[in-house]
Amino acid sequence: MMRGYQCPDCGYVYDEQRGEPHEGYAAGTLWADLPESFTCPDCAVREKADFIELSEQPS
Amino acid sequence: MLHAHPLNHGTTYRDRKRYLWLFSLLVPCLALVGPALYVWHSPSLLWLWIAPVFSYVAIPLLDALMGEDLSNPPEDAVPALETDSYYRYITYALVPILWLSFIVNVAFVGSHDLPWHGVLAVVISAGGTCGFGLNLGHELGHKKSNLERWLAKITLSLGFYGHFFTEHNRGHHKDVATPADPASSRMGESIYRFMFREIPGGFFRAWDLEADRLERCGRSVWSLDNEILQPALISAVLYGTLLAIFGMTLLPFLLLTAFWGAYQLTSANYIEHYGLLRQQRADGRYEHCQPHHSWNSNHLFSNWALFHLQRHSDHHAHPTRRYQSLRDFPDLPRLPNGYFGMYLLAYLPPLWFAVMNPRLIRLVNGDTRRINFEPAKRARLIRQYHLEQQPAAGEVCA
Repeated sequence: MMRGYQCPDCGYVYDEQRGEPHEGYAAGTLWADLPESFTCPDCAVREKADFIELSEQPS
Repeated sequence: MLHAHPLNHGTTYRDRKRYLWLFSLLVPCLALVGPALYVWHSPSLLWLWIAPVFSYVAIPLLDALMGEDLSNPPEDAVPALETDSYYRYITYALVPILWLSFIVNVAFVGSHDLPWHGVLAVVISAGGTCGFGLNLGHELGHKKSNLERWLAKITLSLGFYGHFFTEHNRGHHKDVATPADPASSRMGESIYRFMFREIPGGFFRAWDLEADRLERCGRSVWSLDNEILQPALISAVLYGTLLAIFGMTLLPFLLLTAFWGAYQLTSANYIEHYGLLRQQRADGRYEHCQPHHSWNSNHLFSNWALFHLQRHSDHHAHPTRRYQSLRDFPDLPRLPNGYFGMYLLAYLPPLWFAVMNPRLIRLVNGDTRRINFEPAKRARLIRQYHLEQQPAAGEVCA
């Protein structure tokens, strides 16, 4: 199942299904496969370790 | 009520600053007034000094006289404030004003025989236009919509400074108030020393970040996908066209103008985080940027003229908040004047140190572990201010 992870500061959601193509993470890229240095693409002040897993897939 | 934002408990909130943000449009327009009066009223060089005198004399005085604004919008009014398109339209409207102002000033110098001090006045005015462009590009560049991000790049290209779009969001915000950040000034570092670290450091950090991103995307760094090259191409076409029309003799003027624009950003970076230091945690990561990691200014007039840029503490803690929603907090590091007044102080380093070093020391209660020192000045500053020697970050206690 594809999962979503949310930035606790700005609310950005990394949705595994969509990925983040602008940052070079293609659709379908799993959260686990993102580097630890992954930084929120919107606010840039929270890193991968800070993100919160969403309990359900974001719509 | 007109332009009232509904609150949860049934009342409404009216933003008293709603129309005051129009100063962010009007103040940059002053760079057009000087050349216009010179051409249409009388050819007096004094007109050309209107914009510089307003920025560096009138605004610091207005800030001192009008004082500060400590008010915040209620938190439940913020969603409506953020979605109210009026605030966005003001930022969009400034883009063509800045472009017009820049081109008019260049054309004015290109078509009039001015003495050096007349040219200097226009360099400061048009460089100020690029500086206002950096401020606007800053506000727009933090946003998520494609329109705002492109308007940011178009505006930043006026001063040949498009890399700021990449550098600021993904570089400066990530590393702010740490020794790794070339755009955070250190205690004991003068602005003239800082600029040699900040200007090249910011450019190369932006280039490296963009090269990494493009590599992950599987694209060449030398492609139109490069978000540093995109605005640089706009700059090249603009400057190339102006030189083709007015001749290569205009090149020194253009270079000086672009430099003065960039130097306004350098000045802002210099005063925004002077000496402040985030603490490194046991896992090696730095603590999150908190409001007390930026110097704040609540001065009324300069905030109206700069889209609230000076409420910098909230901006760095929450970078995606729009200008109209930025808040003050209690016990923030506070600048004694707005940015324009503080720039003047920064340009005279002994005065800057005399005002800001004691403020910084009071703020951190003399704790040297909370100060980002210029390494070469560290021991001298500790002696000068009778600070208790604490181990520097990264040093191991014996």
